[in-house]
Formats: sequence, structure tokens, C-alpha cells
Amino acid sequence: MTLATVTAVVAVALGGLIGPVILVTVAVLGPALAAGVAGSLIRTTLLLSLPIAISAVLVNLFFFPGGQTVLLQIGPITATAEGLGFALEILARILAISGAITLFYLTTRPGDLVVDLEHRGVSARVAFVANASVQTVPTMVERAGQITAAQRARGLDTEGSVWKRVKGLIPIVAPAVLGSIAEIEERTMALEARGFTRPGRRTLLWHPPDSGAQAIARWLLLAGGVAIVVARAAGWLPWLG
Amino acid sequence: MLALESVTYRYAGALRPSLREVSLTLSEGEVVGLAGPSESGKTTLCLVASGLAPRTVGGTLTGRLLLDGDDAAPLAIHQLAGRIGIAFANPATQLSGVADTVYEEIAFGPMNLGLPRDDVIRRTDDALATLRIEALASRHPARLSGGQQQLVAIAGLLALRPELLVLDEPTAQLDPAGSRMVADALARLADGGASILIAEQKTDLLAEICRRVVVLADGAVALEGPAAEVLADPRLEALRVAAPADVRLSRAADVARLPAAQRERLRGAVGS
Repeated sequence: MTLATVTAVVAVALGGLIGPVILVTVAVLGPALAAGVAGSLIRTTLLLSLPIAISAVLVNLFFFPGGQTVLLQIGPITATAEGLGFALEILARILAISGAITLFYLTTRPGDLVVDLEHRGVSARVAFVANASVQTVPTMVERAGQITAAQRARGLDTEGSVWKRVKGLIPIVAPAVLGSIAEIEERTMALEARGFTRPGRRTLLWHPPDSGAQAIARWLLLAGGVAIVVARAAGWLPWLG
Repeated sequence: MLALESVTYRYAGALRPSLREVSLTLSEGEVVGLAGPSESGKTTLCLVASGLAPRTVGGTLTGRLLLDGDDAAPLAIHQLAGRIGIAFANPATQLSGVADTVYEEIAFGPMNLGLPRDDVIRRTDDALATLRIEALASRHPARLSGGQQQLVAIAGLLALRPELLVLDEPTAQLDPAGSRMVADALARLADGGASILIAEQKTDLLAEICRRVVVLADGAVALEGPAAEVLADPRLEALRVAAPADVRLSRAADVARLPAAQRERLRGAVGS
């Protein structure tokens, strides 16, 4: 989590093209290779960032204000070299941020994270909300799948044109959301009946191991992140663009 | 042990009460069944008996809920958690949703109570053993069948070591195999001396495990007495409660004037 946070903050602070590219290589791809998740990381990161990356590149390439060097002209729309440069900088930052988040997701079990946070003093309720939010996703996906199958069996058309697919979403999303809301009351009662609202600390059965070396690495990461942000703000890293 | 004294309960915004002047007792080691058609007040009675209504649900309650003779009104819901356990019909909504294993799911309640770690482990192990689900301990709760999830939910309650269990239609949303699994577990709990208040539309299950049955109609007690007598009462039909299979079979045999030997054979076939 420290690595993901520091990478994301530094990516924003650095700007330019070279900095974020170095960041992606050192802080995202390197650890991903070491963890053996490089393939999944690249696939997931591209899937996550593709829509926003395409729109960011297109908008900046064709509508960058003050672009002088024309690369391509299609009717009234002009692609400029300055726009392309800025678009690549944005793309590098997007890849650094989404890559860091994806690396965190691929290498951390939600349960471990929540137990660790609780062990460090985060309130049980906050930890529960964080964990439940993540754990609910597969259940929601499964429920949506069942509803889709049921609606299709009753003649709902979810294939074909974009308009048809959008129209088909409403009878699927509405029961999925309403069903979840209806379950909230019973879930709340079940939690309360199991002592969840008791004030005070919960017992934790275990917590993830945390060695001295890991703690030192976290502090070094934080210190390094702060140093880069300060150096960038002071203009000491002009070669990063 | 647990007593409801002239309890009348009205949900917030409701025009009329869902329970009217209901009195009921559950002694230590007793298993009491609650029967009645839909909307008769079974679930509401379970919520009141567990202390969730009105604490969590809201609404207004008159009358008293007594635990070991003491008024339970001053107790907060987390204080009741260690004394009364309640299970609902839908097993999925009773799971915490944050446990990666059945073991952690069952330990969730004792962990919430802040008990010492060794005690949490001991209680969890005991609950798994009581319901004979040790083999499920390392499985993910969301990947279990409905019957298995319901057993895990009940085990989660047992780990709190409550003085009594309130079960609101624990087999209503289960397939026959899941229902049988839960019914067998409840029968073992009942044989082991657990105090249970169980609401069920399936009177066969009530006939199997209950010593006493209360039938609700329109929020009030309509029939009450020993399970065998109440479940054979001819007024059940008018109250829209289906009698257990052996009672219906016996009545059909009476109408057909079957000889005793044939009745026994039929009863044996149904029992198997």
C-alpha cells in the first residue's frame, strides 16, 4: 500500500515523460516481475486505463491549445506535435497510477489488509466497511449474472447494438441494486446479533507478519517519495522534463 | 429462562400491531415451535424475543421481555448477543461477508465480543464440532451450499454460547437436502439440551424436534400446547397451517378406513 501510494503521488508530482516512465519501470514493473504478476499486471492495467487513456490522448492530440507543429490535418481538426507530447505525458502518469494500484490489488489479499489496518488501530467499523466493499463485488457480479440469465429467459435482449445493450441494462441493474438494499436490514440485524456494535477493541486471531526490514523499506519509500516531491517543487530535477 | 409478557408490537408507520398481547415462555433445555401462516407474526415474535425489535428495527413495544426473570429492556443489543442468538431464513445475509474461511466466519462473533484469543479459538472449534462441520473450516463461506451456509450461520451463533437460540424459518430458503442437513443438526442440538425457539412453516420439522408448539394467527396466540396435540389439532387447517405428513396420512387412512396393518406399512413408507 505504501508503494502504491508513494508511486501515485510521485507520478502526479513529477509530470513530464521521463519521470513517470522511470517510475513505471522501477516502482511498478520491477516489483511486479519480482512478485511473478507482471503478465496480470500489464493486462489489468491496460484494461483499466485504456478508456481514459484513449480519450486523454485524442483530446490532447487534436485540441491542445497553442499547438504550432502540425502533424496531421483532418478537415477543421489539427493534430499537433505539442499535443502529442502532452498526451504522452498524461498517458505515462495514468499508467504509473493505475499500474501502482493494480500491483497493490494483485499482491494484497483484502482480508490481510483489513486485519493489518485493524491491528494498527483503525476502527473495526471502518475496516469492516473497507473489506465488505471489496468482498461484495464478486457477490454482486454473481447476482447480476443470475438476474441477466433470468431476464434473458423472459425474452430480454441484451445482445446487438449499443442502444439495445443500454436498454437491457435497466432490468438487470434495478433488481440487482434493489435486492442488495433489501438485504441490508437483515444483514444489519445479523451483525448486531453477533456483537458487532459492541464498543471497544475486537479480538484479532492473527495479523500478517511485518518484519523490521519491511518497516525500514516502508519508511525509506516514504522518505524517497517526499524527497522527490520536494526536489521537483524546488526545480532541482530539470532533466525530468 | 425467556419470557414474553403480554407483548404487543407495532412496526414504525404500521396502522396495526404485528403482535397482540402475546405471552410465551421458553424454559432451559426446551424447544418451542412457532407455527402460523405468512404474516401471522412469527418473524416479528422472533425479532422481539431476540431483542432486535425494537432496538434495531424500531417500532413500539408494550409488555416485557424477561431473561432469567430480569427485564431485558435496559440491555444493549451487544449485551444480548452473548445471551440470545438469532438466525434468519436467508443464510447468505447472515454471513459477515468479510471472512475468507468458515473458521473466521464462525469466530466473527466471539472476536466482536473482545474475548481472549484462546477462548475465541476454543469456542470456534466447539461450534464446528457441535454441528459436525469441521471439514468446512477452510472453505470460503460464499462458496458453500445454502444448507452448509445455514449451518455455518448457526455455528456462528453457537460460538457466542448463547443461553438460547431463536431461529426464524431456518430451512425456508433451502432445498430438500439442505433442509434435511439443518433439521438433523437442530435435532442434535435439541437432544443435547439446547433451548430453542424455532419459527417454521414446515410442521414436520416442528413435530420432529419440538416439545411444545405455539400457533400464531393475526399476531396473537391461537393454539398452544404439547407438539403432538397442537400439530394434530383439526383447527390447524382453518388457521392455514399444514399438519405434519404423518397426521395428514393418518387422517387419510381414517377416511379410507384402512386396516391397522396397512396404516403401519404406509407410515413406515413415509418415515423412510
